[in-house]
Amino acid sequence: MVSDGSDEMPRAVKILIAGGFGAGKTTMVGAVSEIAPMSTEELLTEAGVGVDDLAGIENKRTTTVALDFGRITLNQQVILYLFGTPGQGRFWFMWDELAFGALGAVVLADTRRLETCFPSIDFFEKRGVPFVIAVNCFDGATRYDLKEVREALDVGPDVPLAMCDARDRESAKEVLVTLVEYVLSKQPLARATM
Amino acid sequence: MTAGRDNWVDDEAGPLVRPYAMTRGRTRPANSDLNMITLVVAAKDEIDTVTLDADYVAILELCHQPLSIAELAARLDVPIVVVKILVSDLIDLREVIARNPTRDVRVPDMKLLQAVLDGVRRL
Repeated sequence: MVSDGSDEMPRAVKILIAGGFGAGKTTMVGAVSEIAPMSTEELLTEAGVGVDDLAGIENKRTTTVALDFGRITLNQQVILYLFGTPGQGRFWFMWDELAFGALGAVVLADTRRLETCFPSIDFFEKRGVPFVIAVNCFDGATRYDLKEVREALDVGPDVPLAMCDARDRESAKEVLVTLVEYVLSKQPLARATM
Repeated sequence: MTAGRDNWVDDEAGPLVRPYAMTRGRTRPANSDLNMITLVVAAKDEIDTVTLDADYVAILELCHQPLSIAELAARLDVPIVVVKILVSDLIDLREVIARNPTRDVRVPDMKLLQAVLDGVRRL
């Protein structure tokens, strides 16, 4: 068993940064991370789940899925990890592990290709992971007002929506503040006292 | 598994061999509750470089302060599952202490959330 740890051990929390390809996920991670964004990979075999050892599957092909992440040491007790989510499709199972225990998610929207963030929104809605939508303001992209974007994305009125510049530390920080405030506001206890 | 382990397999062996050679063929950890952000820290001040395999020593050298499984995987350039298996062994050997994130995510920890909010605001 893994211990719950002594009180001297910090606790780790996780926020996911999702969105379509090229929406600025790794850029946003890098803007606020205290370390250069790291990349690691998970190894997938065709044999997949249910295989405990490799006897007999020597010839099975493997594939890898890359994960980019950053780290922010919030204080001596809490370390925040930001994970960019991998592309959709065959990596959905990876999203399950990523979403497990995640405090919440930021969905980066690119107004030039708004539809690319639909799968992320669907996923978080289905899993009950609280999320905010950050519209990454790319240079040269047509500006829409947030009401238009909200209608196009068909998300509920309670889901926070904000403009951001994923390259800018202050802007990325504001998005994270919005998310954590939103997560706090959704807690039953907070609702009762509000 | 010695210092020269990077060289004894040629490219034809494919990408599967080296990572799973490190785990002696195992594809999943005995401690199944380890996850990407489980924090790991060395339990002892001294590393037993004589009896421990080089792969274990490499992890212990990084874990003088708490590091997540994901960071260990990135630093050692091996897949996450391999680090989980090796860390699981180190837990059984009592060489590391591991701490999982909040055990039950359905019971929100208001104190933790508030600490995260305060921390993010200070960035």
